[in-house]
Amino acid sequence: MLKVVVARLVRLVGTLFAVTFLTFGMTALLPGDPVNAILGVETVRDPAVIAEIRADLGLDNPFIVRYFSWLGDAFTGDLGKSWITDQQVMETITQRLPVTAELAFLSIILALIFAIPIGVLGAYKQGKWQDNASSAGVQVALSVPNFIVGIFLIWLFAVKLGWLPASNWSRPSTDGIWANLKTAIMPASALAMTQMAIFSRLIRSDMVSTLQENYILAARSKGLSDRFILFRHALRPSSLSVMTIVGINFGALLGGTVIIETLFAIPGVGFRLINAISQRDIIVIQGITVFIATVYVVINTIVDLLYAVVDPRIRRR
Amino acid sequence: MPLRVKFASLWLFLIVFGAIYAKLDTGLFDGKLPLQNPNYQTNGFDVTTGTFGTGTPIESMSGAHWLGTDAIARDTFARIVHGGWVSLIVVVVSAACGVIVGGLLGSLVGFVRGRVETVIMASVDVILAFPALVLLLALVSIFEVRNLFVISAVIGVLSIPAYTRVARANSLAISSREFVTAARAIGTKPSRILMREVIPNVMPTLLSYAMVAAAFVVVVEGSLSFLGLSVQLPTATWGNMINQARRDIKINVAQVLWPSLALSVTVLSLNQVGDFFQQRSAVRGSSL
Repeated sequence: MLKVVVARLVRLVGTLFAVTFLTFGMTALLPGDPVNAILGVETVRDPAVIAEIRADLGLDNPFIVRYFSWLGDAFTGDLGKSWITDQQVMETITQRLPVTAELAFLSIILALIFAIPIGVLGAYKQGKWQDNASSAGVQVALSVPNFIVGIFLIWLFAVKLGWLPASNWSRPSTDGIWANLKTAIMPASALAMTQMAIFSRLIRSDMVSTLQENYILAARSKGLSDRFILFRHALRPSSLSVMTIVGINFGALLGGTVIIETLFAIPGVGFRLINAISQRDIIVIQGITVFIATVYVVINTIVDLLYAVVDPRIRRR
Repeated sequence: MPLRVKFASLWLFLIVFGAIYAKLDTGLFDGKLPLQNPNYQTNGFDVTTGTFGTGTPIESMSGAHWLGTDAIARDTFARIVHGGWVSLIVVVVSAACGVIVGGLLGSLVGFVRGRVETVIMASVDVILAFPALVLLLALVSIFEVRNLFVISAVIGVLSIPAYTRVARANSLAISSREFVTAARAIGTKPSRILMREVIPNVMPTLLSYAMVAAAFVVVVEGSLSFLGLSVQLPTATWGNMINQARRDIKINVAQVLWPSLALSVTVLSLNQVGDFFQQRSAVRGSSL
């Protein structure tokens, strides 16, 4: 087990190096002089000022030196400062991360709440109409992009029924948990749709093979109720792939929150990224991309390790 | 072929046909074919006659405008048909990049193994270590001019790693088959084995993967357009139509519905056809 952990951690460090290098390289390639972005186009160009800014940003150093000094700063939590708002990128992220994290977790929970019964039902009624109906529903849910789901949720619950606010965000600390949930439920549902489809499909297919195991037959012959067998005996061994996918999908989810946060005007990390892109605020783009990629890579590593804990066969590979 | 796959193929055919027709109309026939100009504002001021057009913004369905008009009185049907072009090009370019570059690269490293494989697969893993949309956003933000060429090139390049991985997995499996061993035994040159035995057997799986990947690419382009980071306005894309129409959702939901349907049904169809081909190529693979 220790060997697996060490090997995985070494790979993690390697991947993180590569990911940060790629992000830094990509943003360093950005055409146009960053000095222009800071000074604005109309300012009178004083060569002394330009030189000072360039020295301040370290732009005169070779690329590799800039990368390592940036990486060193990033390692201590300093991702630089926005050229436009003058705010520390790390501060921006820590302010906004709880919002994005809440959305992501809420959507995973919502997805699982719906996916487990749907998947279990599909496996239990395999080949019957319940199975066909749920798999058709899953196909559709997989095909509708989350921003479209979001728009029609807004249309139904905000415009037609007027139950929920169409956009904005209430913080649990200032507005209370209920107001917060009211603003979070629609975006989280929009994000949850695809997840739910993927999860229920996996649970169904794993469950179908679990239900053919001998111990299920044994449980049945003991006279246990179907529901008890399904949820107590069969669900746990059938949830392995879902667990991995929850982790892997986290990346897709982080990408999805970018769109959903923009749609619902939610002050999360993703919305800030889109703002930064439209303002061409390179430091912020760089910082948020590296941050998201790091979180994603780390989560994948944790999932891999968890998987090895749950399924001993993997350790021996 | 199941009925739903037939319907899906029909829909995809219509979208592709419409996109090419629309392009021919504006490109070759100078708007003379029967399809309205996607950028013509029917309530706009006409310099030659000195009068305003009679169209109205956000119209409902009518004989003149089959799916109504958008917020600045442009024909929605024409814009949807034209919007298919952007999706089509992005899909074709990404599939071409993936199948040609990713397919060859993956087949090669799966066949020769060794250090080349380690290096190439490590770089593939790094790119796949990013959440796809976030990497795409960061890349797209680099370009000041975002036209169809830039967008499809960026999505195309980003498609390569996933294809490489699929191609490598298949190439690995095929390279250990008896017929490859047999070819080696009779002294066939490795390059010839790669070209004649491995790649032709990797391709069917890769092409069916391309269909499923196409569905993802359509969503990704739609998301980019929706965020206003794809092809610049006034070029019609389904994503930017959805984004523009959602502002008037209180007045008319139908204007959001049509492009949303076009996008979702296309993705659904690609998934159906892709699944179908994937099952078929899996059957072929096992009987090989």
